[in-house]
Amino acid sequence: MSFPVLYLLILIPLAGAFAAMLNFAPKRSCLAASAANLLLALGLMPGVQPGGEKFRYLSSIDVVPALDLKLLVGVDGLGLMMVLLAAIVTLCAIQLSPQVKTGEGGFYACLMLISAGCIGAFISLDLFFFYAFHELALIPTFLLIGIWGHGERIAAAWKITIYLALGSFILLLGFIALYLAVPLEARTFDLRKLYLLQESTGGIIPTEKQGPIFLTLLVGFGILISLFPFHTWAPQGYAAAPTPAAMLHAGVLKKFGLFGLLRVAYPLLPYGAQKYGSLLLFLLAGNILYIGLVTISQRKLDTMLGYSSVMHMGYIFLGLASVNVIGQSGAALLLFAHGLSVAALFAVMGDLRERLGTTHLDELGGLARSMPVLCLFFGLALFASIGLPGFANFAAETLVFFGAFGADSVNVSSPLHFTPIQWTVIIGLWGVVMSAVYMLRAYRKVFFGPTRSGLGEMLDVAPGNRWAFALLVAGLLIVGFYPKLLLDLIKPGVQPVAAKVAQR
Amino acid sequence: MDTAKLFPWFILLNPLIAAVLILVATRKNHGLSAVISTMSAFFGLAAALCAWSLPEVHSSVMWLDFGKAFQVPFGVKLDHLAKAMLLVVTGVGFLVHLYSTVYMEHDDARSRYFGHLALFMFSMLGIVLADNFVMMFIFWELVGASSYLLIGHWYEKDSAADASKKAFLVNRIGDFGFMIGILMVWGLLGTVVFADLQPAVAKLVADQKTNAPLLAFLGVAVLFLFMGPVGKSAQMPLHVWLPDAMEGPTPVSALIHAATMVAAGVYLLVRITFLVDAAPLAQTVIAWTGMITALMAALMATQQNDIKRILAYSTLSQLGYMIGAVGMSAGNAAMFHLFTHAFFKALLFLGAGAVIHGMHHEQDIWKMGGLKNRMPITFVTFGLGTLALIGFPGLAGFFSKDAILVAAGQKSVTFLVMGLVTALLTSFYMTRLFLVAFLNKPMSEAAKHAADPPLVMTGPLMVLAVPSVLFGWGWAASLFHVEVPHGSDTWHVPLLATVMLVVGAGNAVLIYGNRDRERVRIPLFKDKFYFDELYDVLIKVTQEALARFSSFLDKYLIDGLLVKGASALAFGTGFALRFLQVGNAQAYAIFFGLGVIVLMYLAFR
Repeated sequence: MSFPVLYLLILIPLAGAFAAMLNFAPKRSCLAASAANLLLALGLMPGVQPGGEKFRYLSSIDVVPALDLKLLVGVDGLGLMMVLLAAIVTLCAIQLSPQVKTGEGGFYACLMLISAGCIGAFISLDLFFFYAFHELALIPTFLLIGIWGHGERIAAAWKITIYLALGSFILLLGFIALYLAVPLEARTFDLRKLYLLQESTGGIIPTEKQGPIFLTLLVGFGILISLFPFHTWAPQGYAAAPTPAAMLHAGVLKKFGLFGLLRVAYPLLPYGAQKYGSLLLFLLAGNILYIGLVTISQRKLDTMLGYSSVMHMGYIFLGLASVNVIGQSGAALLLFAHGLSVAALFAVMGDLRERLGTTHLDELGGLARSMPVLCLFFGLALFASIGLPGFANFAAETLVFFGAFGADSVNVSSPLHFTPIQWTVIIGLWGVVMSAVYMLRAYRKVFFGPTRSGLGEMLDVAPGNRWAFALLVAGLLIVGFYPKLLLDLIKPGVQPVAAKVAQR
Repeated sequence: MDTAKLFPWFILLNPLIAAVLILVATRKNHGLSAVISTMSAFFGLAAALCAWSLPEVHSSVMWLDFGKAFQVPFGVKLDHLAKAMLLVVTGVGFLVHLYSTVYMEHDDARSRYFGHLALFMFSMLGIVLADNFVMMFIFWELVGASSYLLIGHWYEKDSAADASKKAFLVNRIGDFGFMIGILMVWGLLGTVVFADLQPAVAKLVADQKTNAPLLAFLGVAVLFLFMGPVGKSAQMPLHVWLPDAMEGPTPVSALIHAATMVAAGVYLLVRITFLVDAAPLAQTVIAWTGMITALMAALMATQQNDIKRILAYSTLSQLGYMIGAVGMSAGNAAMFHLFTHAFFKALLFLGAGAVIHGMHHEQDIWKMGGLKNRMPITFVTFGLGTLALIGFPGLAGFFSKDAILVAAGQKSVTFLVMGLVTALLTSFYMTRLFLVAFLNKPMSEAAKHAADPPLVMTGPLMVLAVPSVLFGWGWAASLFHVEVPHGSDTWHVPLLATVMLVVGAGNAVLIYGNRDRERVRIPLFKDKFYFDELYDVLIKVTQEALARFSSFLDKYLIDGLLVKGASALAFGTGFALRFLQVGNAQAYAIFFGLGVIVLMYLAFR
């Protein structure tokens, strides 16, 4: 086995966290650690080009040999894309952190722990550690909100803690059930072995058991992803969270659930996915239509962005629900695109909140004059998030829509005779209009019109922070113009999954 | 790749490069930004002229590739239709750039303006060159976004900020249907590339009987597709954004909201004629939409007082003609009118800009008057533009409008009558505008001291006057293969049109000759048939009410009753279970384990 390079991806942020904990130039050492991690992730990209072995850079440390439990890490293109997302958002979140008044070391250490936990989960090929790393990332999130949060931070911290702990618990049940459902002699936490078995036997988990397990996983992951109606923790939590915590959670940690569905639930439980397909369609339509409406009626930028990020989860679910390569590739690409765009949006919101003391839309106005750079970045991020072509979000949503619409062949027996998933696509398209309604209204209210009194002398984005915004936007534009860059990485990870379900 | 294939790529990317340069390099140097943008527009025009000598070029790379299941190429197609449209976009585009250098010279955000203008040129050229539906949609949306940015150029004005938002949202509603249409066409025929769709549709049409259900499905798809043009070309009932879009700088109104972007809807429909012609029901809807828009917009134009708004409603009305023509299977006539209209309407808008410039930002025609003597160049060129628009015999607009009216006459008498009444109204409101602003006595101090702008601004007016006068003849008409067929059965059409012209203009002279205030008041027309008010109410009682209701549900039902209820239940049970509390970690572990087992049993029994 070659040098276990993937462990470095976890160890580097941990080292950063350690340095921060010791109060050793917290911000700078964390910046250095996250920059190093991003470079490392980029350096790994050539190694996961399609063809040959699915998972690369494998390393493993035995933990409980009797249970075949080991710290097994490895990445395919999809996993590495998630690592890349985590690395970019971490770097920007650290840079864009506002001044921390008390306990600076602990603050940055928590951020780095989230990063390490996320990356650990994305590279784990062992179900147990896949789960455990996510837990590692959750705890510092609660601390960040509870200690360094805004507004009703204690209440928000409790709510998010109970909610997400409940989600994790249900998820754990699902994983245990999954483990036990495999015939005794084949039981393992090793995802690679599970995939192999799945391929050779055409289904390791008995068909009749797949339904309940899938449902448990869907609910467990769903709570973590803020699937309707398990979403109410999100807007409140994001509003209370310190800016970098909101960026990291909404941009990266929340994507763990979707990644898990794509990695575990869909490939191993195709019948379950099929059985609960219509339920998922119903719930995701709730995410798009109902949450979209709730978002429109928000009057504060922070909760509005929180709800909008809940709403956009619906599109990723739609891509998953299509159960074909096009839609699921779109969903995976959207994980990346949404991660960057929502991080940029929360960063702008945090910047405004920090300096103006309010995020109430009616108390803001005309800031474009004094803050042209912030206005530009907010514009770019919001146009990305409402799916304007040129940004990664558009390419991803296009794939989602085409994949989902093409999931069923068109029924020409009478015009307008669409299948449920095709109707959901149409709802999704209307959601694109609604997104434009609330986003452009917020943009208009915050930045345009006459400058409100007292807001005339605001300073623009600090020059040192500009590169962080630019990095997020550049990522969106590069992938938006040339989605092949990531799609080539994603497709091998998604293809067998989708093919499996399609065969049925 | 041979050089001919690179040519359309150069045309497409040249303004994008300018936009990026301005954004990253010359933001602080306004003069240089203007030069970069104008130079790139000039290169575009030169390239468009050179393109005529090229054979048909088609070149593409794969953008999204999922094998046979789904492929979206990113391709450019330079055919006859695209070449003609290129001339309009780059020709008017270059002149507007030139004009803007002076019109905007006192603006302190010129870099932003020229950057956005270059971005618009990129988007518009993308529509012209697109070889498939998805790419068309991409640039379609980008045009909407750059129009949003340009309408909102003076963002500190509430009216401009609101107008830009409205324009984008109304366009998005159109795009909603457009995308559904694209998905339906793809679902049925498995491709989004125009060149592959055409034979597929032809095959369907060849056997009408067996394919009847497929064709019916396709018809619905075309209706959805048509929503795109309804939004972009501001047809009823999505026309409400265009008059408000006049909040943008006037050169922008000339380029985007008269000559190019709003014509994109017509261009798209002509691009997919093979689909439209295969769907008779959709054709009928398209024809009616166009003709109703033409008529109603002309009625609204008669009562407006803002010089730009009059022209805006006139644009709506003329776009209605074009859309109507597409619905009457007269795509060539539609393109012909698009072509001539682009030049004379751009001329009129730039002329209006010269007037507004000379009048120190006064746009009310009842504060103008007597500009004939004060602004001779503007007067003459604006006059020629007016004559072209109202279809004065021999001028460009006469021929192109005639082509549409002939097509209408062949389709049905109703369409012909609607077309003729629109022509009458056009002649009426334009004569009113011209009389009040230019010929009657000055009605304000500003009007007494107005003067022609410098040559950089009047130059484009004079240049645009040439095609406005001449492009009905020979070469230009032959571009669109329109034989204006004035055989024995259609000779009455131009005659009737000319009668309408005289009646309309005559009435305007009678009513407004030497008047200094409005004598006719028709609130219904002045208030634009109350469309805006209607939509305000509609949005309030539907979307906003629903949004408030959902928000209420979320706060009190889902978060309140269910979540808090569940947690209250948990605390309640916790209170009851306190008696089980033994303060021993192993005991808790056992409880936990028991719980897991119970749940698992429930799940798998």
